[in-house]
Amino acid sequence: MKKWRCLVCDFVYDEEKGLPFEGIPAGTRWEDVPDDWTCPDCGAGKLDFVMEEI
Amino acid sequence: MSTSSISLNTWTDRKRPLWLLGAVIVGFPLYSFAAYWATGWGLVWWLAPLFIYGLIPVLDLLIGTDVENPPESRVASLSQERYYRWAIYAAVPIQYGSFIAGTWVAVTQPLAWWELTGLVFSCGAISGAAINIGHELGHATDPLDRWLAKIALAPVLYGHFYTEHNRGHHVRVATPEDPASARFGETFWEFLPRCVVGSIASAWRIEKQRLERQGKSVWHYSNDNLQAWAISLVLFAAMTAWLGVWALPFMIAQAAYGGSLLEVVNYLEHYGLCRQKGADGRYERCQPRHSWNSNHIVTNVFLYHLQRHSDHHANPTRPYQSLRHFPEAPQLPSGYASMVLLAYFPPIWFRLMNPKVVAHYKGDMRLANIKPSIRDEVIARYTPEVSTKATAAA
Repeated sequence: MKKWRCLVCDFVYDEEKGLPFEGIPAGTRWEDVPDDWTCPDCGAGKLDFVMEEI
Repeated sequence: MSTSSISLNTWTDRKRPLWLLGAVIVGFPLYSFAAYWATGWGLVWWLAPLFIYGLIPVLDLLIGTDVENPPESRVASLSQERYYRWAIYAAVPIQYGSFIAGTWVAVTQPLAWWELTGLVFSCGAISGAAINIGHELGHATDPLDRWLAKIALAPVLYGHFYTEHNRGHHVRVATPEDPASARFGETFWEFLPRCVVGSIASAWRIEKQRLERQGKSVWHYSNDNLQAWAISLVLFAAMTAWLGVWALPFMIAQAAYGGSLLEVVNYLEHYGLCRQKGADGRYERCQPRHSWNSNHIVTNVFLYHLQRHSDHHANPTRPYQSLRHFPEAPQLPSGYASMVLLAYFPPIWFRLMNPKVVAHYKGDMRLANIKPSIRDEVIARYTPEVSTKATAAA
């Protein structure tokens, strides 16, 4: 499981936790997050996220 | 000719050469210097403010709007073209030339008080424009661009903007928690100190939290605020060492005016607009309806499409040349350059803009971002119209 960080605002998407309040269940891999999903904090698109080594 | 008749493959950016004008205007104090040398007229030190407050609003009215968007299929390639990056890089050395030459003139040349005042406003206007340049560069993901953003922000002492704008303002935009989103009924003069103090405090908190996550002290050298402020410190110290202590009040005065120009633009960008909270307590995502836009082409060219503000918030790393007009986004009656003039005079501003906010929410002011002390009064004043009309319609 990986973490992805928003380059604009530092929001972190954690694959392990998912985003249940957005309808993305825990364990959803980044590839499976819809392409039109945007950062819940600042609205940046998926391309503006980078993978973060934990 | 209508844009629909242009094939997608042959679409060209008609504004392409115009994007160099952003770098041309930051040279204004240099042109004043040349004009003064040639003519000896003191009025030339006022060129930049006359241009911003006089010529641009008139040209916006005369030349009007441009709603053309690049076709979606061209956005990726358009965004990658290096020309547009170089057009903005070019502005930074010219901005520094203006700042250095302007300060030198202020300290060494025997100017009358009103000439010196004009020079403060001219250099300050360029510093204000430089915050917009720093804004564009600070949204980029390229490390060189991001360094240039800090450098562009140094003469105007706005280093905190680098952190606060992306990780503060873009997250909280159009909410009561955002210092840089103006509230319905709040005058520009109330907004200005609230925004400056709130933004600096927020920038400090954001970097403190980030560094704490990495197990570092807020005083660590990788603190973006400290880095950006350090550039200002070195620059101001070097200028003072070179030109003497009188350089300092001049540089501070032009920075204060430059910062206020950015804040007056901040004031009008989200005035009264508000994102709603969902059942989960989170704000809805920022939508086109949460920013005031303008397609007035003259201001758009000088501000690198800053007025296509809805798309900027929806796609914060989309470069300026690719920003789109959204027909559903709230539109200002004129370009930012005209609107900032009105913002200085609260009665005129309220008379023009308050009805627009009320119309935007169809009278349901519970949905607006309102100055807390008048919130109940404003809601009571406009909301009954909604319920009466709804009852009548039923």
